[in-house]
Amino acid sequence: MGFLTQLRADQQIALLFVIVFGVLALVSVGALLLSLREHGPRWLAGHERFKRDLRAVWIGITVFWLAWVSGPLGATLLFGVFSFLALREFITLMQTRRSDHRSLLAAFFVVLPAQYAMVGLRHFDLVSVFIPVYVFIAIPVISALAGDPAHFLERNAKIQWGIMVCVFGLSHAPALLLLDFPGHAGRGAFLVFFLVMVAAVAQIVQEAMSRWFRRRPVARAISRSFSYRAWGLGALAGAVLGAALYWITPFKAPQALVMGFIAAAAGTLGEFVMKALKKDAGVQYWGNQASVTGAVGLLDRIAPLAFAAPVFFHSVRWYFKLTP
Amino acid sequence: MTRADLMGKLLAFVARLITGAQGHWQGCPPEALQRIYFANHQSHLDWVLIWAALPGELRAHTRPIAAKDYWTSSPFKHWLTREVFNAVYVNRQRTDDQDPLEPLVQALEQGDSLVIFPEGTRSNLGEPQAFKSGLYHLAQQFPQVQLVPAWISNVQRVMPKGEVVPVPILCTVTFGAPMQLGPDEDKRSFLERARAAVVALRPVAG
Repeated sequence: MGFLTQLRADQQIALLFVIVFGVLALVSVGALLLSLREHGPRWLAGHERFKRDLRAVWIGITVFWLAWVSGPLGATLLFGVFSFLALREFITLMQTRRSDHRSLLAAFFVVLPAQYAMVGLRHFDLVSVFIPVYVFIAIPVISALAGDPAHFLERNAKIQWGIMVCVFGLSHAPALLLLDFPGHAGRGAFLVFFLVMVAAVAQIVQEAMSRWFRRRPVARAISRSFSYRAWGLGALAGAVLGAALYWITPFKAPQALVMGFIAAAAGTLGEFVMKALKKDAGVQYWGNQASVTGAVGLLDRIAPLAFAAPVFFHSVRWYFKLTP
Repeated sequence: MTRADLMGKLLAFVARLITGAQGHWQGCPPEALQRIYFANHQSHLDWVLIWAALPGELRAHTRPIAAKDYWTSSPFKHWLTREVFNAVYVNRQRTDDQDPLEPLVQALEQGDSLVIFPEGTRSNLGEPQAFKSGLYHLAQQFPQVQLVPAWISNVQRVMPKGEVVPVPILCTVTFGAPMQLGPDEDKRSFLERARAAVVALRPVAG
């Protein structure tokens, strides 16, 4: 460990990426070798799903790597583009009316760039309140000015929600990258890594547990696998992993346990809420082949991050009393 | 690369950024055959969407129809339609001595493909209006040209009538199987069949 602490922060992060990419490469090669043998159709279906998830992980890690390599400006731009694509997908699946046009324009071309500009300039106090306070009021005003009272509340709720998840939530990922801890400068990437790992492990454990226990689902109409026990165990697994990873973060082990729990719980609950949204919009995957949209399923992938990042970001800043 | 090529690339990029402009080739692959694409018409963006959904190498020989009085009224509009889109100009006012289909016939004789919107005008209702007879006359004169129906989804949400700035919403263009004029099919039943072929491509989910 002595050798590791002598490295500079950026060298440590580079090493982290080398390790992550190495592990991914090993897993990919292993999966390829396994698939060379003959298998039954059930195994093949599972393998297809696994391959899809693995590809998503590759893309995700590459995005984070690009974000880190390209510095503050590049990171905000990159996540800004992702926000744009995600919001485009979200709005496509919601039924909007003609009178929503101006509100949507504001969401895409004013709110989104403004939010990311604030992230890039590290005005973190403003980042946390701009959308929940100011945009929350501005969007209904623009809507009302369009003069169409039909389904007014419903239409605005849809747009607000899209902005909250796709812009507000996701913009906290680059914000974490740019967050400076005293004595921990330039190591935001470790925080993002911490968050993503904890949320991912919580999700995997939750899936496995719900298959293991076969409890009665809490909300059958929304998710056949979600139960309190599986969720709790998933979040707990996230917390334990968080505590085990405390040395890459500015936290002490007990703090890392709590932070891990918060991130894991928010991520898995976010996934659950997204399932409800999907059921409401009538799609199984966002990237459903049969749907008109030709959507690529980006929302599915970012949902846990979009929910976990703001909660995690805020609790870290609040607990450590960080000012920008 | 000329300025027109650059403009074309830029427009295709913007169309993809805003709408995705996904082409779903359900009934036929995108081939360099001479074709008449005919589609529902809901927005000014319809042509750009079909054009952006085509593979790059087909774009140069696939031409839109443009109303002469409007699209030559300013130097920029004229340049855009002539140099970038290679549009076929038609007169909207019918004169006695000229067949309005004459420019289209010329383009087809040169071997180019065309994109036409047989409803004639943009419809705001979900269902396309009855087709005008131009498609029938072209099918009669050029039996070797494939007639490909297409359905454009969602585009009316991108830019409703009266708005100028498009909202980013994903759109798709679904291309169906090529059809032909039957040996003794009359005008009305052919046009109804063509319209049904376009409507049949509408995705179930909306």
